[in-house]
Amino acid sequence: MRVMANVAMVMNLDKCIGCHTCTVTCKQVWTNRPGTEYVYFNNVETKPGIGYPKRYEDQEQWHGGWTLDRKGRLQLKAGGRLRKLLSIFYNPDLPSIDDYGDPWTYDYQTVLDAPLGTPNPAAHSISALTGKDMNIGWGSNFEDDLAGAPETGLRDPNLAGLEERVKMEFEQVFMFYLPRICEHCLNPSCVASCPSGAMYKRAEDGIVLVDQDKCRGWRFCVSGCPYKKVYFNHRTGKAEKCTFCFPRIEAGQPTVCSETCVGRLRYLGLFLYDADKVLAAAATPDVQDLYEAQLDVFLDPNDPEVAAAAERDGIPYNWLEAARRSPVYELAVRHRVALPLHPEYRTLPMVWYIPPLSPVADVVSATGYDADDPDAVFATIEALRIPIEYLANLFTAGDSEVIRTVLRKLAAMRAIQRATQLGLPLDARLAGSVGATTDDLDDLYRLLAIAKYDQRYVIPPAHAEEAGRLMGQHEQLFCSLDTDGGPGMGGMGPTGPHGIGSWSPEGRRTLPVVGQDRH
Amino acid sequence: MSPCVWSLIDARSEARAAMSTTGAQIFWWVVLPYVALGVFVVGHIWRWRYDQFGWTSRSTQLQERRLLKWGAPIFHYGTFAAIGGHVIGVLIPERWTRAIGIPEAGYRWFSAIAGTIAAVLIIGGVVVLALRRLFVPRVRATTSPIDYVALILLLIIILTGIAPTVGVNLFGHGYDYRTTVAPWFRGLFSGSPQIAGIAHAPFIYQLHATAAWVIWGVWPFSRLVHAWSYPLWYLWRPYVVFRSRVAQRPTEPGTGGRKWRKIGVPY
Repeated sequence: MRVMANVAMVMNLDKCIGCHTCTVTCKQVWTNRPGTEYVYFNNVETKPGIGYPKRYEDQEQWHGGWTLDRKGRLQLKAGGRLRKLLSIFYNPDLPSIDDYGDPWTYDYQTVLDAPLGTPNPAAHSISALTGKDMNIGWGSNFEDDLAGAPETGLRDPNLAGLEERVKMEFEQVFMFYLPRICEHCLNPSCVASCPSGAMYKRAEDGIVLVDQDKCRGWRFCVSGCPYKKVYFNHRTGKAEKCTFCFPRIEAGQPTVCSETCVGRLRYLGLFLYDADKVLAAAATPDVQDLYEAQLDVFLDPNDPEVAAAAERDGIPYNWLEAARRSPVYELAVRHRVALPLHPEYRTLPMVWYIPPLSPVADVVSATGYDADDPDAVFATIEALRIPIEYLANLFTAGDSEVIRTVLRKLAAMRAIQRATQLGLPLDARLAGSVGATTDDLDDLYRLLAIAKYDQRYVIPPAHAEEAGRLMGQHEQLFCSLDTDGGPGMGGMGPTGPHGIGSWSPEGRRTLPVVGQDRH
Repeated sequence: MSPCVWSLIDARSEARAAMSTTGAQIFWWVVLPYVALGVFVVGHIWRWRYDQFGWTSRSTQLQERRLLKWGAPIFHYGTFAAIGGHVIGVLIPERWTRAIGIPEAGYRWFSAIAGTIAAVLIIGGVVVLALRRLFVPRVRATTSPIDYVALILLLIIILTGIAPTVGVNLFGHGYDYRTTVAPWFRGLFSGSPQIAGIAHAPFIYQLHATAAWVIWGVWPFSRLVHAWSYPLWYLWRPYVVFRSRVAQRPTEPGTGGRKWRKIGVPY
């Protein structure tokens, strides 16, 4: 067992109202620079829809993610290392800027400078690539609220096999929102695709980043990511991606998209996982078993054996504590209501989703809860306007039984709350019928409905001792006033390894692990 | 500096002994190459230390892919062939190939035919790429002045390289540059350049060599640096890279490189 920690996110799709606040705040913080006009580290898609960039989910077209070769070994879907080096001058799988949408701005100056009395001065759309006038044809958000769905919606790759049943007529249409960021996968195919070795996963928290000094712009990360969440900055010629707001995470703060989410649908926390199991899990033969395989990679932070191994592997004590309070662990492992997005890509993604239930819940509310027939709740799930199979194509590689189980649990939770609040008679078997206790469902309700800020975001700050070392080096190079005999001596504690007074906490590795016999 | 000076003196005395060498010839065939080499070496060290952020292939595939699909691979693979040809023809002395039994005529026809194939690839590729850069607005907008300089130098080198290969060696009487130009070039690295060889070579070879030295001088300041980053290491390294947050040396004041500092100005 080799214990590692990964920060992760769970999004409750029931609560997403598609306001794009996450997108806008993320854009303002990270990608409001020339070269990244078309880039949205966070975007909100309306499903069904072809997405951003167009049809990114169709890996038969884009060859992102992993696949198994004939011998069952894990292999990049776009081909092996030699093939990459040979096709380095033209990446056959790279989306063009038109698949994302040619970025534009407007010629506002014409409007501002228009003399008084000019009737309707018009601002032309200007391409951010060329500075010339352009006609707007596509953008990251052109399918918002099913706009144009009769034309493009049916090309959604997740509708494969459902074409006969899904109608795009107004009366029969369904939709929900899917906010997306980088998945910070356990088995990231973008990192594996980078020929320069510029992309890496941080050993401490699993955040996947691009080293801007090492990136040489070979573009294979862009095509290697099946979620198309690595972008090419057309100004700098380098790859950029969602950083999971690492400077905020290091300070114990939630990401900008989470912080500003008006629906409070995002949860942030730690997973402890067994790094030795990752490759085997990603190489699970049947794609529908990948969900269970990934759950099996996660470690239970309350298990004394795991705690001991975590201490041995250098997981700090406060991180272990945070992992025990992790809301994402609760939702994904204990309650099993959160699911990975497209597990069939074999990247073991770490941003999980609670599938939407709202339409069916409305139906249940309309008919009322029938205590004599708890199955009535579940019967309506089958009649859900969003086809179960569609959700299954998104979250379970087509296994609709898992989706059904999750939706039943969510429906049972609501039914129990409704019965409790309204004093309706309650069938005591309801909780058991979804594989939970009434207490479990009460915890789930609290986490989903009324959890406060510090319960939704459980992020242990990065280590102060690291910062101390960094500061020490700064001082050593530029402000060496605190060296022996220097004018800044005194009040800085003992002399550190760099010959200056760098601060380090006492006994980082020797803190006792609570609830564990250490003999 | 001293090898440079010594070679100058060497070259001068040697050349004087053979035939009279003018100062202009020394400047053109000895000083200029060494200056270019110096700029090449020092420039790369400087760029590596201070501008790794700018060290990129600067791909424009995102903006335009249909022309690039043909132009880029053909040009690059043609260039590899040409570089291989120069290694065989210029770096390997003629006596070595003669020693293993390859006659001059045999070498000439091999060089002419293989060289012509490479020439066709390169000229085809560079024409596609140059037209794309000039006439596709999205690509043209990304082009900086140094790109034009490098492109023009490349065009001169390619044309002056193809002309003797095809015109002299394939269809003409042939010119044995391996006994004239090649010893001068190798001599630059061993410290005893034979100026007479290049100084009396046909003009087209002189132009080709001069343009080549100029591009060596321009190299570290252009996107051509991406050539040294061909990621062969990718064949061996593990797929998923992990890195720890280790303390790093802060950048020296004023040497932070370009980073995003130039954002907001035109390309």
